[in-house]
Amino acid sequence: MGSYESPIREPLILGDKDYKQITTDIVRSTQGFPPLSWVIAISIAGSLAAFYFFCVAWTVYYGIGVWNLNKTVGWAYDITNFVWWVGIGHAGTLISAVLLLFRQKWRTGINRAAEAMTIFAVICAAQFPGIHMGRPWMAFFIFPYPNSRGPLWPNFQSPLMWDVFAISTYFTVSLLFWYSGLLPDFGTIRDRSKGKIRKAIYNALSFGWRGEAKHWQRFESLSLVLAGLSTPLVLSVHTIVSFDFATSVIPGWHTTIFPPYFVAGAIFSGFAMVLTLMLITRKVLKLEDYITIAHIEAMNKIILLTGSIVGIAYITELWTAWYSGFIYEWFAFYNRALGPMAWAYYIMMTCNVISPQFFWIKKLRRNLYLTFFLSITVNIGMWFERFVIIVTSLYRDYIPSSWADYYPSWVEVGIYVGTIGLFFTLFLLFARAFPVIAIAEVKSILKSSGAAARVKQKAKDDAMAKGGYAEGGDLAGAHHDVKID
Amino acid sequence: MDKYVVGLYDDEEVLLSAVKKVKQAGFNIHEVVTPFPVHGLDDALGHRQSRLHTVGFVGGATGFTIAISFMIWAATSSYPTNYGGKPYLSLPSYIPITFELTVLFAAISMVVAFFIRCGLSISAKPKIYDERTTDYLFGMAIKVTEDTTPEDYSRINDTFTKTGVAEIKVRDFDEEK
Repeated sequence: MGSYESPIREPLILGDKDYKQITTDIVRSTQGFPPLSWVIAISIAGSLAAFYFFCVAWTVYYGIGVWNLNKTVGWAYDITNFVWWVGIGHAGTLISAVLLLFRQKWRTGINRAAEAMTIFAVICAAQFPGIHMGRPWMAFFIFPYPNSRGPLWPNFQSPLMWDVFAISTYFTVSLLFWYSGLLPDFGTIRDRSKGKIRKAIYNALSFGWRGEAKHWQRFESLSLVLAGLSTPLVLSVHTIVSFDFATSVIPGWHTTIFPPYFVAGAIFSGFAMVLTLMLITRKVLKLEDYITIAHIEAMNKIILLTGSIVGIAYITELWTAWYSGFIYEWFAFYNRALGPMAWAYYIMMTCNVISPQFFWIKKLRRNLYLTFFLSITVNIGMWFERFVIIVTSLYRDYIPSSWADYYPSWVEVGIYVGTIGLFFTLFLLFARAFPVIAIAEVKSILKSSGAAARVKQKAKDDAMAKGGYAEGGDLAGAHHDVKID
Repeated sequence: MDKYVVGLYDDEEVLLSAVKKVKQAGFNIHEVVTPFPVHGLDDALGHRQSRLHTVGFVGGATGFTIAISFMIWAATSSYPTNYGGKPYLSLPSYIPITFELTVLFAAISMVVAFFIRCGLSISAKPKIYDERTTDYLFGMAIKVTEDTTPEDYSRINDTFTKTGVAEIKVRDFDEEK
């Protein structure tokens, strides 16, 4: 069998690995005592997460007034962070679902961690609409449930209502997709475990998975259909997030290109976050053989593509605003680029449009230090993109008398930085207890994409081409028959 | 009696040809367990195609119907509300929620069906022929009963050996209880 792959393609698993070695390499990080670096990292992340809860408590106790929102800028930091986090989540689904449908083998090395990132990012995103309510315990009001007020139903024509459904569906489906993919690997960890308690925990986590042929068949069918469902879902989620703005009548928001532009931006920032996490993970967990330079280069190509799409969207927006001849629209954009908050606009432009252009050069795409630096740059840029869209469209209102400025208060900054802590706390727990690479999936590409396995396969093919006898399957027989001397 | 002769193979290609040969030799393969999906194994074992996607379709259709009919009912009959002069029944604005619930119901129903059909549960006590079959070995189990004669055992062993087995072991789950 061992499906044939062109030798021009770079191997995706380096070193001389066999199935056993793959398991050992990936499961290693879940065994033994956590290393000191992990303990330090989780202490920092955990403290930040604790600070997040403190700032939320502060907001709830004193009210939304502790944020620096005002009558003109009624939406600022919280929605910026919400959109930023949701966008980051998108790369995970893209890697696990869209690349599965396109049969991209390089997804196997990174999909598990990227999907975990999706789930944690959506958890962070979902905090913001809840906190913004001011009374988070009333959050259930957004769901349509039978009530004594009529029953009065939520407004199903509102994009904010669509968001509720989009985000909760996205979270649920991503979680199911991720968890069902984890079952076989939990089974693997269980069967390697020596301790009784550890075995019982991983058995429960694996739901008693044992890799029966029929189960694998259903498993593959499930992954394929879930991937097919997740693909339009991921596109719909950021489309709906962009509707929060695009369906309004605010100059600067009321733009028809928002859906594709937001989706491209989401993938852009998500891949940047995947790179940030993967570059650290592969180094710390010594997984360089599985998350190779080839993987990083592939992701950098996507960053280059989506970054350029975002750049075109920025310029299109400017051009359309000018060409529309509509003074309010043109003022909004003129003010963005040349007004008092132009610094935010130029941070966005530099980080999002100029910085990814380095990746046209192959040598730079394969440079880990530059990749790491740019992955963070891109995420700063994408945060500023949302900030620019939201704040600079609002702060210079229609009437100059209502013009206002906006700077975040320490509580708002604290909540934002706190969610980063929350995100890394969750990711570090994941990296400690879960297999960070899909073990079974990596094994299934070993023969076609493993460096050493490919050499062996080539030797076998050469032997067959020479008319020598190759033992094994039907394929060898078929080759033998067509041999012409 | 819950007893099996298990042939453990160390390569999926060898396993695949072994499955065919063992079947040809007239044995009834009880189960094959592998550490990752082996393509072609379903055909070799004569498994039917999975019908999980049908469950997904039915789930999705249910979600679609529930979402669209609920919103129409809520907006036109239960509590008609005028939002900015828009018509009560404005189908285009129901598309996003209808789509999301279609996907949600399809996904949940498929995953639930998957767990039920595979008998996976948090309290499951799986019968594991060999702990290496989730790691690097591929196991083929043939069920034996009281009627299995010593000749049968040696015939099974011979067939396994001829097909390139790495290890043969006998597991009796009754004895282990």
